[in-house]
Amino acid sequence: MDTLIQQLINGVTLGAVYALVALGYTMVYGIIGLINFAHGEVVMIGTMVAFTVIVSLAGSGMPPLLVLALGLAVSTLVCMVLGWALERVAYRPLRHAPRLTPLITAIGMSIVLQNVAMIIWGRNYITFPPMINKQIYDLGGASFTNVQVSIVFLAALMMIGLIYLVHRTRIGMAMRATAQNPQVASLMGVDINRVIAMAFVIGSALGAIAGCMVGSYYEIAHYQMGFMLGLKAFTAAVLGGIGNLAGAMAGGLLLGIIEALGAGYIGDLTGDFLGSHYQDIFAFIVLIIVLMFRPSGLFGERTGDRA
Amino acid sequence: MDHVRIPGVLVVLAASLAVIGCGKKEEPKAVAPAPAPAAAAPAPKPEMVVKIGHVAPLTGPIAHLGKDNENGARLAVDDANAKKIEIDGKVIKFELLGEDDQADPKTGTVVAQKLVDAKVAGVVGHLNSGTTIPASAIYNQAGLPQISPSATNPKYTQQGFKTTFRVMANDIQQGSVVGTYAAKDMGAKKIAIIDDRTAYGQGLADEVEKAAKEAGANIVAREFTNDKATDFKAILTKIKAKNPDVIFLGGMDAVGGPMLKQMKELGIKAKFTTGDGGCSPELIKLAGPASEGVICTQAGLPVDKLPNGQKFVEDFTKKYGQIQIYSPYSYDAVMVLIDSMKRANSVDPAKYLAEVGKTSYDGVTGKIVFDEKGDIKNGAITVFEIKDGKLVTLKTEGGTAAAAPAPAAAPAAAPAPEAKK
Repeated sequence: MDTLIQQLINGVTLGAVYALVALGYTMVYGIIGLINFAHGEVVMIGTMVAFTVIVSLAGSGMPPLLVLALGLAVSTLVCMVLGWALERVAYRPLRHAPRLTPLITAIGMSIVLQNVAMIIWGRNYITFPPMINKQIYDLGGASFTNVQVSIVFLAALMMIGLIYLVHRTRIGMAMRATAQNPQVASLMGVDINRVIAMAFVIGSALGAIAGCMVGSYYEIAHYQMGFMLGLKAFTAAVLGGIGNLAGAMAGGLLLGIIEALGAGYIGDLTGDFLGSHYQDIFAFIVLIIVLMFRPSGLFGERTGDRA
Repeated sequence: MDHVRIPGVLVVLAASLAVIGCGKKEEPKAVAPAPAPAAAAPAPKPEMVVKIGHVAPLTGPIAHLGKDNENGARLAVDDANAKKIEIDGKVIKFELLGEDDQADPKTGTVVAQKLVDAKVAGVVGHLNSGTTIPASAIYNQAGLPQISPSATNPKYTQQGFKTTFRVMANDIQQGSVVGTYAAKDMGAKKIAIIDDRTAYGQGLADEVEKAAKEAGANIVAREFTNDKATDFKAILTKIKAKNPDVIFLGGMDAVGGPMLKQMKELGIKAKFTTGDGGCSPELIKLAGPASEGVICTQAGLPVDKLPNGQKFVEDFTKKYGQIQIYSPYSYDAVMVLIDSMKRANSVDPAKYLAEVGKTSYDGVTGKIVFDEKGDIKNGAITVFEIKDGKLVTLKTEGGTAAAAPAPAAAPAAAPAPEAKK
């Protein structure tokens, strides 16, 4: 029993990490229908910048939480600028190109960012200094840490904040209008360039926060960490219904739990015929089944074709 | 935007042209001195450039190990050049062609072909067993001697190739030491084994499993991950439920570091053991205090126990910083190639290949003698424990320095490859 609880805790944390990253994918997709494959790398840059700030301030005698907050603030700022620049340089010139073109650019940008990060931060693994004093709690034989709690909490908070932003604010209204029909929105006086840039900036800020949380959870960072993370988060976003904020959260959690349970029980279920390395296959089988019955994901609505 | 983009493209073009230009320039340099060896007698001796290939992953999760290997080889080349070695009446200038295989078997074969086309005289590499084995077929076809400093999977030298050598004990030897050590010395009754599904991790884990079973331990769990994963909580939770005494990881330090931390978070009390891939200062850096008490093995003798080791450590750290794992081996691998060329008095692979097998060389890692397959004879295995953030030697099995305990490891290992044929 405690093993099951532990696996669920593992799954929920992993899922919240995916959800944090998935929100960034879904945010951009919801507005311009572009899958920003470089988002995983934005997360990585966020982690790396936070790492640099934290390490350089660690000896200054400031309280650790303030250092962490500063690291978070600087990395958010850097990622916002990065997101804006990505949109300006790589995606805006291609806005009217066929849909495949910006997708390829996105993959290209992801490789460029990886290599830039390799040049700046090196090839080695970086140990993320533990800023939050890790406390281990016990729950019926299963254990979890305060870092895990804050990841889940933060993911929920960010999702709610985003939903508020999109549905209750002026810029949110402009975003929804742009999503529905950019031409008409611009005729109604919406500056769609600004709205789309905002979507990237906000998405990247989320990425930076996700990066900091991933960094403090695993206490490890690497210039290639964004790739797999981005792929999994993208899967989570698709599972939940890409473009839907609550869906990203649900998809992330579901994917995390499936992976944890898959790795934990697949061997026992199949009499060790399939080992724990099939956890990814398990996750993708669920994805395929969901998409067969609900092609636009769990929470996804049928959306009209966009230009 | 457009104004910026065009110069960017031009710069790239110019750079690649420059690179191509340099590549072309080298070849006449190598040929030019050859026609007039006699005429140049009063002048300095004619110089000849000999290229040695080196392959390791320079990008990706274990790029730090790849760079370490390459630096070891580079130091060897620099040392050899400083000696102005003469072969067949010409002063040889060795050049290292370093390639990156990204620890990927497919890329491994591509860069192997690239080195063959570049007409290298011999190859040191690759780092991973998974890349070394497929690449060895290409070197074999070209008749190029290949010495891997770190590929420990037994299959590498069991393919019947005359060109494959390694300067490190293989996984059969290492696995039997780890497995026996865990079951006997650590007294483990229940052992859980994790591997990263690479040729190295899987191969070593299989050997450990075999040896531990023979020594009377129970394998209570066999779990898998991959070499790029960072989250191991699901498999660790499963292992925790089986309550093992010892956990063995067949994988690299990049996997071991975060795994150790997560073990601690989950409250797993089992002792952690791993093979040479995880036996590095990097593991201590990545795992922090969680690395205390880790038992790990390295194929070979501890560097500080070797007569020539001290100088190597000094030179290396001065030039490149901390040694990770295999740089002493890649240093020796280059030296063995050069030594064979000297004995054959030729840099032609077809001529000096036969000499590589007859090597008897005192390297920084110990005495290097190959058996008929190209495996190092009597390769040592050293068991380390991490204490106060340092790798401390517990014991050494086999090897030239400690001849007496050798029969324990070596004969037990020797029949195994025979049986596989």
